[in-house]
Amino acid sequence: MSQTWAYISNYFIYSAMAVYTLSFFAHAYETAWAVRAPQSSDSTDGNLITKTLDYTRTEKAARIATAMMILGFILLFAGVIARGISAHRVPWGNMYEFSITGALAFTGAYLGALRKYDLRWLGLLVSIAVLLTLGTAVAVLYRPSAPLVPALKSTWLVIHVSAAIISGGVFLLANVIAAAYLYLDSMESKGPRTVWAQRLPSLEVLDQLSYRLVAFVFPLWTFAVIAGAIWAESAWGRYWGWDPKETWAFITWVAYAAYLHARVTIGWRGRRAAWLCLFAGSTFLFNYIYVNIYGTGKHTYSGL
Amino acid sequence: MSQEIELPELGAVGLFRYGWRQLTSMRTALILLLMLGVAAIPGSLIPQRDQNPMKVAEYFSNSPTLAQWMDKFSLFDVYGSPWFSSIYILLFISLIGCVLPRSLEHFHASRALPPKTPRNLDRMEFYSSWKSKGNEIDIAQSALKSARFRIRTEGNSLSAEKGFTRETGNLFFHLSLILILVGVGIGSLFGMRGEAIVNVGERFINVPTTYDSLTFGKLLSEKDLPPFVITVDKFVAKYNTLTNAPEDYTLNLSVVEKPGEPPVKKVVKVNSPLSFGSTNVYLQANGYSPIVTVRDSDGNVALQGPIPFLPQDGNLRSIGAIKVPDADPQIGFVATFLPTQARDAVRGGISVFPEALDPKMLFSIWRGDLGLNSGIPQSVYRIDTSKMERIGLESLKPGESFSYDGGSITFEGFVPWVNLQVVRDPGKNYALLGGIVAILGLLASLFTRRRRIWIRIKESGEVEVAGLAKNAAPGLEVEIAKLVTLLKGEK
Repeated sequence: MSQTWAYISNYFIYSAMAVYTLSFFAHAYETAWAVRAPQSSDSTDGNLITKTLDYTRTEKAARIATAMMILGFILLFAGVIARGISAHRVPWGNMYEFSITGALAFTGAYLGALRKYDLRWLGLLVSIAVLLTLGTAVAVLYRPSAPLVPALKSTWLVIHVSAAIISGGVFLLANVIAAAYLYLDSMESKGPRTVWAQRLPSLEVLDQLSYRLVAFVFPLWTFAVIAGAIWAESAWGRYWGWDPKETWAFITWVAYAAYLHARVTIGWRGRRAAWLCLFAGSTFLFNYIYVNIYGTGKHTYSGL
Repeated sequence: MSQEIELPELGAVGLFRYGWRQLTSMRTALILLLMLGVAAIPGSLIPQRDQNPMKVAEYFSNSPTLAQWMDKFSLFDVYGSPWFSSIYILLFISLIGCVLPRSLEHFHASRALPPKTPRNLDRMEFYSSWKSKGNEIDIAQSALKSARFRIRTEGNSLSAEKGFTRETGNLFFHLSLILILVGVGIGSLFGMRGEAIVNVGERFINVPTTYDSLTFGKLLSEKDLPPFVITVDKFVAKYNTLTNAPEDYTLNLSVVEKPGEPPVKKVVKVNSPLSFGSTNVYLQANGYSPIVTVRDSDGNVALQGPIPFLPQDGNLRSIGAIKVPDADPQIGFVATFLPTQARDAVRGGISVFPEALDPKMLFSIWRGDLGLNSGIPQSVYRIDTSKMERIGLESLKPGESFSYDGGSITFEGFVPWVNLQVVRDPGKNYALLGGIVAILGLLASLFTRRRRIWIRIKESGEVEVAGLAKNAAPGLEVEIAKLVTLLKGEK
């Protein structure tokens, strides 16, 4: 019975990957096709080129791309749920499961932000990131579905890990946007944006958006760290022990705290803020990848 | 340049004031915050004494010179090192210096009325004006009051303000960090932490000598140990037959909390420790203790009992040392216990499952000087065989015996052992409270908007409405539009 559910989960994950691939191609088509818009030969003025862009031609591809993203999200969601059913627990027991849930949270954060902001341009990067995550999960991190080790048997697993995964998804989205900011900023410093990039939001919008995402999710990350401390107190006899995972969670917290202070109190904007945001996000990624795989300490649940 | 010349005239007080202002500036706080993050990194990459003393010892034996240099910079005790401590102490001084004055200021501001309505409202945001009916101030006052604005009315103008929670939350967040630090401090001054390996069937008495390791906070001493006695009745470990991973550990105890009281049965699991006030007892690790009887050549018992062995892998292949110091010459057994034995072509005897399904003990027998009186502390799991000679090699199943030149050994059976961790941390509730307040404060400060709304009826009979949102927070436009609709009497 539980093996059947594990197979069903795998099929959902594979289907989600196929659908994300379609979404990736649709986004790529949309991005590429916009470049082919006729350029005015005698003018280098950015505004003139914008006027000649033909949005209607790519509208259909854009709709397909987003629809595929939503379908992929649903399939991935089903895959994560089925994985949980197969193991009779929340599907957060090893790194394979963290990765598929993380990919789900990342797509969820993107789709959530898409409802409020025009972020379709970001879909190409999001679909690549999700495909890479799922690909690594399936090829390298996969482990058979199994019950939890005793230390993980706690309601705090649901609370602590879900908070950490959602925070991670939103942090990464903020990171991608900060990276896009830096890229477009360096492009603009050399002259007007190239044709395809003109469809992307202005630098101010990107700057604000990555800040909003971080400010929105920072309390949740604080909660994830504190919930982890409460759990550690009941499982390991101390709420804080500078275990590598704890240390890096702390570093991430400090880095984002510095980012928020730099913006709110000192008034950092633009390039410096984006670099700080990238630095903070990279500490999260380092924690997830390096500490899970090579790290010692008590958080050795990757199953690798 | 002129400032540099003036500097000596500042004097000691001036210099202190200058230094204080620098330390409590936001820029310094930010630099210290980032420094704290960076300073935490080495401790996660280099093994730390607290967590992994074996790895640290490995560093010292592999490259002693480098390790000594690293030790000089406290790289094996990063989180207690002078440089790490100085960063967070400076950060907290800076924090206190910043937050306390702001708290006072905020307290006074929250008791004061909102500032007067500015003269030229048409220069503010979301400005609108229309012909007055005369009752706008009253309507606005009751509407804004029920929306919990703080209101100041002066003649024909009204000034309303809302969103003090933002700064309140912000201050509470920062104050709660201080509370967390206080909690950590109390825990390290008045706390204790100890570990003891106890065989199933044996008793643990809470006195210093029964511990394998024990550390006290600076302001706590041995006589503060609560006088409880724990008997380990039963320990059951369940393992997954596919992955060999543990699924459940259940420990049954009989606890006598104070001398003279009747024993109480308790169950301890990994995530549910046993509690006495601020003292907790945790189940941290487990393994096997083979029970052996060693006899001399005359058949007299020289050693008998369970001896804890140290697990080496997930299948609980465990190593141990059976030392018989009373034999003459001394005898030692360097032994391996395999819960479910198998042979591997390369590694020799291995265990293939952590539960004791087919146990076996492999050992070599050594004769000579165990080195117990050499003054060098020795591991209970290992034997220094440098002054000994090997006189035999054997493997036994439970119930079997082996005779060697000078005596015999019987492998009687085995019992599980558990590692009990006893922790007293009177500061943890302060830290927890700090954590909860930190989150609430953070939510309040990030998700409340501070804004002002003004209304004035001019002598010309025009009503003016305008507002101001601090930190360019969104949403005020809608709020004002609603108010304007209300004031105009439109539905």
